[in-house]
Amino acid sequence: MRPALALGAVLSGVALAAALVSFVWTPWDPGAMAISARLQGPSLAHWAGTDHFGRDIASMLMAGARTSLAVALVAVGIGMGVGVPLGLTAAAHRGSWLDELIMRGNDLIFAFPALVIAILITATFGPSATNAILAIGIFNIPVFARVARAGALSLWTLDFIRAARVAGKGRARISAEHILPNIANLLIVQGTIQFSLGILAEAGLSYVGLGAQPPTASWGRMLAEAQTMVTLAPHVALFPGMAIVLSVLGLNLLGDGLRDALDPRLRGRVT
Amino acid sequence: MARYLLIRLMSLGAALVVASGVIFLMIEVTPGDPARFMLGMNAAPETVAALSAQLGLDRPVGLRYLDWITGMLRGDFGLSYTYKVPVAELVADRLALSAPLAALALALSTLIALPAGLYAAARRGRVGDSAVMGLSQLGIAVPNFWFAMLLVLVFALHWRLFPAGGFPGWADPGAGLRVLILPAVALALPQAAILARVLRSALIEELGRDYIRTARAKGASRGRALLRHALRNALIPALTILGMQFSFLLAGAIIIENVFYLPGLGRLIFQAITQRDLIVVESVVMLLVFAVIAVTFLTDLAYAAVDPRLRRRG
Amino acid sequence: MSLLALDRLSVTLQGRTILSEVSLSLAPGEILGLVGESGSGKSMTALAVMGLLPEGARVTGSVRLDGREVLGLPEAALNRLRGAEAGMIFQEPMTALNPLMSIGDQVAEVLRIHGRMGRAAALEVARERLDRVGLTAPRFPLSLYPHELSGGQRQRVAIALAIALRPKLLIADEPTTALDVTTQAEVLRLIAGLARDEGMGLMLITHDLAVVAGMADRVAVMQGGRIVETAPTEALFRAPRAPYTHDLLRAATHRPGRVSQGEYLNQEETHAVSSWQKYSKSDDAPLLTVENATRIYRLPRPSAFAPHSELRAVDGVSFTLQPGESLGLVGESGCGKSTLTGAILGLDALQGGAIRLGNHAVGPKMPRAARADVQIVFQDPYGSFNPRQRVERLVAEPFHLTGRPADWRARVAEALREVGLDPADGRRFIHEFSGGQRQRLAIARALIIRPKLIVLDEAVSALDVRVRAQVLDLLAELQARHGLAYLFISHDLSVVHAVTSRCLIMQAGRIVEDGPTEAIFTNPRHDYTRRLLAATPRIPAGWIPKEEPAS
Repeated sequence: MRPALALGAVLSGVALAAALVSFVWTPWDPGAMAISARLQGPSLAHWAGTDHFGRDIASMLMAGARTSLAVALVAVGIGMGVGVPLGLTAAAHRGSWLDELIMRGNDLIFAFPALVIAILITATFGPSATNAILAIGIFNIPVFARVARAGALSLWTLDFIRAARVAGKGRARISAEHILPNIANLLIVQGTIQFSLGILAEAGLSYVGLGAQPPTASWGRMLAEAQTMVTLAPHVALFPGMAIVLSVLGLNLLGDGLRDALDPRLRGRVT
Repeated sequence: MARYLLIRLMSLGAALVVASGVIFLMIEVTPGDPARFMLGMNAAPETVAALSAQLGLDRPVGLRYLDWITGMLRGDFGLSYTYKVPVAELVADRLALSAPLAALALALSTLIALPAGLYAAARRGRVGDSAVMGLSQLGIAVPNFWFAMLLVLVFALHWRLFPAGGFPGWADPGAGLRVLILPAVALALPQAAILARVLRSALIEELGRDYIRTARAKGASRGRALLRHALRNALIPALTILGMQFSFLLAGAIIIENVFYLPGLGRLIFQAITQRDLIVVESVVMLLVFAVIAVTFLTDLAYAAVDPRLRRRG
Repeated sequence: MSLLALDRLSVTLQGRTILSEVSLSLAPGEILGLVGESGSGKSMTALAVMGLLPEGARVTGSVRLDGREVLGLPEAALNRLRGAEAGMIFQEPMTALNPLMSIGDQVAEVLRIHGRMGRAAALEVARERLDRVGLTAPRFPLSLYPHELSGGQRQRVAIALAIALRPKLLIADEPTTALDVTTQAEVLRLIAGLARDEGMGLMLITHDLAVVAGMADRVAVMQGGRIVETAPTEALFRAPRAPYTHDLLRAATHRPGRVSQGEYLNQEETHAVSSWQKYSKSDDAPLLTVENATRIYRLPRPSAFAPHSELRAVDGVSFTLQPGESLGLVGESGCGKSTLTGAILGLDALQGGAIRLGNHAVGPKMPRAARADVQIVFQDPYGSFNPRQRVERLVAEPFHLTGRPADWRARVAEALREVGLDPADGRRFIHEFSGGQRQRLAIARALIIRPKLIVLDEAVSALDVRVRAQVLDLLAELQARHGLAYLFISHDLSVVHAVTSRCLIMQAGRIVEDGPTEAIFTNPRHDYTRRLLAATPRIPAGWIPKEEPAS
C-alpha cells in the first residue's frame, strides 16, 4: 500500500474509532462542567486540557467526532441516494427533455451554496444539526448527479452497452447492471471527497450557529466558544482545529489513494 | 457567438426567476405566520395583524411575489423590521466590505494557484511537485475560519502587524485594506490549494495529448509546450472550478467576518436570523444567489473567450 | 552518405525491452516503409529518431541524422533539430492539432520557434505551405480553427507544419490509418509528392502492406522490437526471406474458405468449410428485407431564425438478405452505415420504409423473441465487454431475449469451445484476454442463442493481419456449420472482397451499387465504386507469393 493511502486510512480510522468509542466511553463526561478546573492545559488527567467551563476537551472532541462524521455521512448518503439515480437517468436519456430538466435543476441547486441553504432552513425552522445535514445533503445532490452522469455518458458510447441493447435490455436495467458497477469507483472517490467537505461544512455551520446546538458536542461550536479565549488559552482553539484538519486530511488522502488503487487503467493491465 | 450569448442570458434569467421563487416560498409560504414568527409568541394579536398588514401579508401570494420581484428590480428591497431602514441601504453598506473581501481573496488565490499549479505540472513526479501537492493537501484540509483564528493569534495579537478586527471604513483606503488582508489570506489559501490541484491535473492531462506531441515535434521546448499550448487548454476546467469557488468564497467570507468582527453581509444576516428580520434574510439570500448565478454566467462568457469552438458555432 | 542511419538502437522502458538492435538507413529522397503489427516497435523507432521517447526510456546504440549523432544531444539542441531538420506526422489528425489555435498560427509557430522570422512573415510562409498541401487561400483562410476542418484537411495542416521548414527527413507514423479510403489515397499521394519534390527522405510507418507496396522504395519489417527483414519493395513481396514476412504477406491476402489445407484449421474442422460464398440459395424467402428505409436527422439551425437543415442519414435504402448469405456493406465514414445498422438491429426507429426479419417487423418495439434472430459483433475488442462481469455472464447475456435455459453454463462452455477457446475461460475476466481472443468471445456471445443473422460491424478492422485471418476462418467455419447469414459491414474493400458473395456500396445515405461481389470488383458500374476501388491500396497481383506453405 502506498504511504499516503496508509496515512489516510490511519487518520480516518482514528476519527471513526473516536466517534464509535464515544458512544460507550469518554475519559470524562463531555458535558460535565467544573469551573474550578477551567482553562487548564493538557495534563495526564485532561489529555487535551479543559475549556472555559472546565469541560474535558478530549472527551468533547470524541463526542464532536460523532456529530461531524454523522452529519457528513448522512449528507453523503442523501447526495448519493438522490443524485446518482438522477445522473444515471439523465445519461440514459441523453439529450432528451428529461436530461435537460435534471441538469438545469442541478444548476439551480448549485446556485445555492450549502451555507445559503442552511440560512434559509434556519430562518424558517430554527437551528439544529438536522438542518446542517439537510443543507449539506442538498448541496451534495448535484455533485453526485454530475459525476454519475459524466461517468455514465462515457460508458453509454461503448459497444458493450449496445450489445446489452441488442440483447433486449432496457435503459433502466442497463443503468443498474452495466453502468452503475462501472462508475462505482468514481462514486466512492467522490464520496470520500464530499465526506471530507461535509466535515468542513459542518464545522463552519456550527461555528456560525446554524448547526448543532447545545448540548450536542461539535468541533465547530467548540471553536466558536474558544474564540474569545484564544489569547488566554490557545489550546482550546488548537485541538478542535487539529481534529478537523487531521480527519479531513485523512479522508482526502484516502480518496486520492483509492482513486489510484481503483483506476482501471492501472488495474486492467494484463496479469 | 450572439446565439451562445442569447442562450446563456435566457438561462440566467430563468435561473433567477426559479431561484427567487424558491426563496420566496421558503421564507414566506412555509407554515406559520411570518408576522407572528417575527414578533415572537407573546405578541398581542393586534400587533401581529398590524405587522401583517404592513408587510402586505394579507394579499394573495402571487401578488406578493410580484411586488417583491418588481420592488427588487427598482432597487426597493423593503423595510427592515428591526432597523427600520430600507434593506437596500443596509445591504449596500455591508457590501462595501464583503464584496472587496471576496474579490481580494479571489485575486489572491488565483495569484498563488497559477504559478503553483504550473510549477507542479512542469516538475511532475519530482520533489518540487510532491512538495507543492503535499502543501495543497494540507491547505484543503484547513477550515478557513480556524486558519483565520491562528492568523489573528500570530500576526495580530502576538506580532501586532495587523489589526485583530473591526473595520474603520473606506475613508482611509489604506487602513481599510490593512484590515482586509488577514481575512483575505485566510480565505484565499485553502481555495488556492484546491485551484492549484485542479490546474495541475488539468495541465498534466493536456500535456499527455497528441497536440502537445505535435508541438514538441515542431521543436517547441517543454516550457513552450506547457505555456503556449497546454495552459490555455487547461484553463477551461480550471475556469469551471474558479467559477464554483466564488460561491465557496462568498460563504467563506460570511463565516470569516465573525472571526474578525467585521460588519459585513455575514454579520447582517446572522443578526437578522436571530432577530427574525425575515425581509433582510430574504433579500441577502437573494443577493447571494444572484451573485453566484451571475458569476456562472461570467464563467460561460470566459469559456467563449477561450474556446473558438463555442465562439463560432454559437 | 545516408541521411538517417540507425545502428543497433536499443530502447528499454521500465525494464521492458521495446527495441533491440534496430539498424536502418535512409538515403536522401528515398521512401522507406517500416511495417509491422501493433506493438512491434515501429512508432518507438520514430520517436527515438525525434528524441521524443517517453521519460525514463533507456537508449543505447546510435542514431545519426545527416552525419550527426542525435542520441545524447542536449534538450536545446534537440529542439533546434526537431521541426527544422526532421518533421513528423502522426496518426490521429482529429487530436494532433491544438484546438484553441488557428491553423495559420500553428503552421507559423514552426517558423517562429526556429527564430527565422516575425509573426507577419511567418504567417506569409504558412499561407504558402498550406497552399502547397492543397488548403488554398480563399476557401481555407489562416484564421480557421481545427474543428472547422475534416479529418483529411486536418492531416494536411499537420503535413504543412511538418514540412514548413523543408526538413531533410520526414517521418509519417500511420498518417492515413484514421482516414477514409479516398482521403487516404489523396493524402498518401500528397506526402509522396512532397518527398519527391523537396528531395526529403521519408520514413513511412504503417501496418498496411498494400500501402507500402504502392509507395516505398525499400521496406523494413519489424516484429517484437527487431527488424526481421529489409529489402527493396518488390523483392520483399516477391521473395520474402524471413518466415515472419511470409506469414504477414499470406495473412494480408488471405481468403477464408479458399484455404486448401488451412494451417489455421485442424483436420477435422476442414471438411466443414465449404466455400462460404456458395452457401446461399436465392430461391428461399429472404431472411432480411429492407424496404425504402429512411432516417433524417434535424441539424441545429444555422442561425437563430433560419429553418433547420436536415441530414438524410439513410435515404430510401432497399435490399434483401437470404438465409445463409454473406452480404457486404461498404461505405466511408458518415455514409449512414451506423444508422442503418441501428435500424436493422431494431434499436433505432425509422422515419420511412420498413425492415422485416423473417416474419417480424423490426423496430424499437419488436418483441424480445423476435430480436433473438439477429446478433452483432462490434469493432472494438476492448469496449465490447463489461469489465466487471465474468466471461460466462458476458457470453450468456443474449439469453435475456429467450429466457435463460437451465443448462446455460453448458451452453456457454459449448459456445466457447466453438470459437476455439477453453470452456474454463468462462470464470475469467475480460482483461485477461488478447484482442483476437476478445473478438472470439464476441462471436461466442452472438452465437449462443443461435441467431439466423449476425451483423459483423467492422468486426475484424481492429485486428492485426494474422489474427484477422484466423478470425475470418473461424467465421467461415461457423457459417458453414450453422447456416448463418452475415451482414459484413466494413470500410475495407479487400476484406469484403475476400469474404462476401454479394455486396452493397453505400454513399451519402444511399445504396449506389448492389450486386455480386466479384462483378462489382471486376466491373464497377457506379462512379463512386470506381473511385473507391481506385483509391484502395493494393499489392500488385504478381507480387504475392504462392499459397504453398513455406515449410
